[in-house]
Amino acid sequence: MSRLAVRKTYKLFVGGAFVRSESGRYDRAGEFNIPRGSRKDVRDAVLAARKAQAGWASRTAYNRGQVLYRAAEALESRGDELGVSRPELKASIDVLVHYAGWTDKLQPVLGGINPVAAPFLSFSLPEPTGVVGIVAPDEPELLGLLAELAPVLAAGNSVVAILSETGPLAALDLAEVLGVSDVPGGVVNLLSGRRAELAPALAGHHDLNAIVDASGDSDLGAEIDRLAAESVTRVRHPAATTSYAGAVADALSRLEAVTELKTAWHPVGA
Amino acid sequence: MSTQERTSIVWDYAPAPESPDHVRLRDSYGLFIGGEFRDPLDGERVRSMNPATEEPVAEVAFAGERDLRAAVEAARAAQPGWAALSGLERGKYLFRIARLIQERARELAIVESMDGGKPVRESRDVDVPLAAAHFFHYAGWADKLSYGVGGRAAAPLGVAAQIVPWNFPLLMAAWKLAPALACGNTAVLKPAETTPLTALLLAEICQEAELPPGVVAIVPGDGAAGAALVRQPDVDKVAFTGSTAVGKDIQAALAGRGVSLTLELGGKSANIVFEDAALDQAVEGIVNGIFFNQGHVCCAGSRLLIQESVADVVIGKLWERMGRLRVGDPLDKNTDVGAINSREQLERIEELVTAGEGEGAVRRTVACELPERGWWFAPTIFTEVAPAHRIAVEEIFGPVVSVLTFRTQAEAIEKANASPYGLAAGIWTDKGAKAFEVASALQAGVVWQNTYNHFDPSAAFGGYKESGFGREGGPAGLRPYLRVS
Repeated sequence: MSRLAVRKTYKLFVGGAFVRSESGRYDRAGEFNIPRGSRKDVRDAVLAARKAQAGWASRTAYNRGQVLYRAAEALESRGDELGVSRPELKASIDVLVHYAGWTDKLQPVLGGINPVAAPFLSFSLPEPTGVVGIVAPDEPELLGLLAELAPVLAAGNSVVAILSETGPLAALDLAEVLGVSDVPGGVVNLLSGRRAELAPALAGHHDLNAIVDASGDSDLGAEIDRLAAESVTRVRHPAATTSYAGAVADALSRLEAVTELKTAWHPVGA
Repeated sequence: MSTQERTSIVWDYAPAPESPDHVRLRDSYGLFIGGEFRDPLDGERVRSMNPATEEPVAEVAFAGERDLRAAVEAARAAQPGWAALSGLERGKYLFRIARLIQERARELAIVESMDGGKPVRESRDVDVPLAAAHFFHYAGWADKLSYGVGGRAAAPLGVAAQIVPWNFPLLMAAWKLAPALACGNTAVLKPAETTPLTALLLAEICQEAELPPGVVAIVPGDGAAGAALVRQPDVDKVAFTGSTAVGKDIQAALAGRGVSLTLELGGKSANIVFEDAALDQAVEGIVNGIFFNQGHVCCAGSRLLIQESVADVVIGKLWERMGRLRVGDPLDKNTDVGAINSREQLERIEELVTAGEGEGAVRRTVACELPERGWWFAPTIFTEVAPAHRIAVEEIFGPVVSVLTFRTQAEAIEKANASPYGLAAGIWTDKGAKAFEVASALQAGVVWQNTYNHFDPSAAFGGYKESGFGREGGPAGLRPYLRVS
């Protein structure tokens, strides 16, 4: 007797829940229907990310590191289901491991005590910038996303990511990996759909603190820049990451771009 | 001895004016391009005014479009040679500049006060020494760049276009130039329209230090010149300090160009006084926070949040203290509050103060004698301010403090953070654990506890949210000028 396979209904990942697009629209990806996210989905996702951000940032660095490492563990055991090449999968897992280890290194590397010429304890510490948007490249569909996602999460930000338009399935499957990795609901929000529709809505959202645009599309990049300027949103335009080495070579720049340095002054003595 | 009625003695200050005798200003300054002062190609000559007297201080050339292009070309031509110098040698030029600023400190302080209106006590004790300290600090980084970027390799970006505001003209020029040059970039600096003179003296200092021609260009001009400078096609880096509105314009103008950008923008910083603070000390801090430099300070503590239980006491003490501020001649060493930088800025302050009265806040302005000529605004406090009032939301950039109250720590944090800005904040409390907890909850790039308006070249400065991005000071101030690999 042949058994009928149980097909998966692909959904967006917003606020820790698997949801359909509020628009009710869909696109076709291989044999699957996938939700075609809308501008309203972007706004809902930013709201969920904002709600979750303070809690994630207030976790200890040790705890954030363990959560990201658990995501690496989960990806290692379930990765074969994601349908990407072995090298891409291995690189993706290793990128998570690398940035899991950054959570408690960021502060000593980017911050420190300032030797000011006055009787004060002055120190500068990196803090997460807040809610960060990611526009993932089309390829590689998993590594291209994770190389941007991992440093943003390690630094304590929450994320709204617009997935590869040509190959969103692996990233939508990644939502299930993250969902079982103790990543708090709302910290990562993943939207499939048309980049030209979603990316401007994300970049122009005034409650977004930073946006990482790895789309490689220079026209879209310029539009993102213009929209980001409306609320002084921080912007980076990295090229698509295609290897583990590429994901970690400029780790400091990736991390610093999504942090804010706070300098505090406390008097010493009377 | 019988106890008698004692004659009360009223102490007053005798004028203590700083003499400008030894200041040698030229009648007219050209544009500093390629290591020499040049006549403008298509710019014009304008007079830089003393805001305390409305008299011209000197004539300066403003850069036109062709001048800006020439300045960028000269900077481009000089950049490879400057970057090829060893870090030690580059640093030695910066050390020289630091020393020359120290040697010419008195002259620089006086010119700063004549051109900008700030009390000479501040120019002398804050602006000029800190400018020298910034060059000294970054001089020492020039041969240690990899230590500032986590041990990675670092290369300069190229030519930096830098625009500074009129509130700390020399100091902001130092904040911009020192890190850019230490990292091996060359720079085209545009001082503000109303305060170009100390930057031009700094150009003389660059000559005296024998800085290679083209490494620094100083091109005075107005806002249009700034807009034209950031649009120069051959610029690799833009660094701007000024208003959030102009910062947004610059960010949009650079869209799609891949030019590195640092913005240090406006603020509406909360200065929070808890009931357990040392109140007299807090009052001094409030005064320093908002009346320092006539309130022309991007991080000024312009939103005063006082815990309700002590609000009346603090406001009473503050009002009494404000009455003893000495407003007047910037060159008088006793002066606390000098002249408003320009007529335009005075009108802006007056407009917002009028709006505050119109919206129902209660205004009190110190009744002091103001000089007949010049631009002045007496220290002013608003109470009964609602969070939505314009004077609680918009940057006034003048000697005007808006008081709001709160009941709980959580409410203080919520009110402090309820602003699109996020530049600075103050916390007044004698409880250490509370100070650290509140400091970590505030969305602000600088948080001062039981102090305000302290700056140091080793301490990063810059904003959260719409107060800008990137940092100046310390190793963080190097990274915006380096390509790290």
